[in-house]
Amino acid sequence: MSQHSFRDTHAVCTERFAIELPSPDELVIALAGNPNTGKSTVFNALTGMNQHTGNWAGKTVGSAIGRFRHQEHSFTLVDLPGTYSLLSQSADEQVARDFICFANPHATLVVTDATNLERNLNLALQVMEVTDRVVVAVNLMDEAKRKGITIDFVKLQAELGVPVIPMTARSGEGLNELKEMLWKVALGHVTPTPKLTTYSEQVERAVTALLPQVEPLVSGVLRSRWVALRLLDGDESVLQALEQYTLEHPRLFSTGDVVIPS
Amino acid sequence: MEIIPLPDLLIGERARVVSLNATGAQRRRMLDLGLVPQAVIEALRKSPAGDPVAYRIRGAVIALRREEASLVMVTRI
Repeated sequence: MSQHSFRDTHAVCTERFAIELPSPDELVIALAGNPNTGKSTVFNALTGMNQHTGNWAGKTVGSAIGRFRHQEHSFTLVDLPGTYSLLSQSADEQVARDFICFANPHATLVVTDATNLERNLNLALQVMEVTDRVVVAVNLMDEAKRKGITIDFVKLQAELGVPVIPMTARSGEGLNELKEMLWKVALGHVTPTPKLTTYSEQVERAVTALLPQVEPLVSGVLRSRWVALRLLDGDESVLQALEQYTLEHPRLFSTGDVVIPS
Repeated sequence: MEIIPLPDLLIGERARVVSLNATGAQRRRMLDLGLVPQAVIEALRKSPAGDPVAYRIRGAVIALRREEASLVMVTRI
């Protein structure tokens, strides 16, 4: 159920999120994860010196943007604030949620901590509810080994329905496999099929009742099921974000346009 | 097994979460932090003023104010 199109990524990132992309062909990867999962180490390992930091417009939340090349393609990696959730109300979580929901990234990479998977999968499951194009990196495999933790990756990947890559970012282990998978997912060579959480019968009934009204309003922008669930949550910040990001249509840029981030 | 509010847990003690009395966004926040029924929580240390208290919740150290912690019902283990 891929409702997203790649078409607008460039315009959306440059205009709405003030992220300058070198060309409309640029593949955009959002990087999410809990605090202390080694997310920054993964970011540094992927982008090397090729990065810069700034602030999200209007929020006191730091951002880092980095670039790397793989298989003749150029990637822009957007480091989102470390969060436990996309659903609570802090500025950090709203930035992460808005970027994953509205910037239309070609893939979202969720970095998790191998020594603490249970806690980390909460965010991964939430991201999977928003978008199909998810890759999960299980980082800190060296620490897990030292602690005697073994992970059944075949089973984990089957349970989640999205690619899962074991890695140790600080030694570079798994880095190539990760780049290769991001490339495949970003270009649609691999289509993840997230296994979505089924809620209680009561909630599912309410979602089914809401869908016919939600669908025509958000189709092509967001997954209707996710919006219906947020409506049931009474999450007004999602409604505000929907209004902010969908009412005005982004101007399309062409190659050679000069973009000055506001 | 006696059910107590989380602030009654002494430093160094561990407990299992029984239920949350929070609602709405606050409940959501607690669930996201890993405070779900059956989760193990350990009282690690108090701040100098005694509030907030640092707890270990599913491998992360998280400080909760008394006001929030009192909404978490636990049993000692």
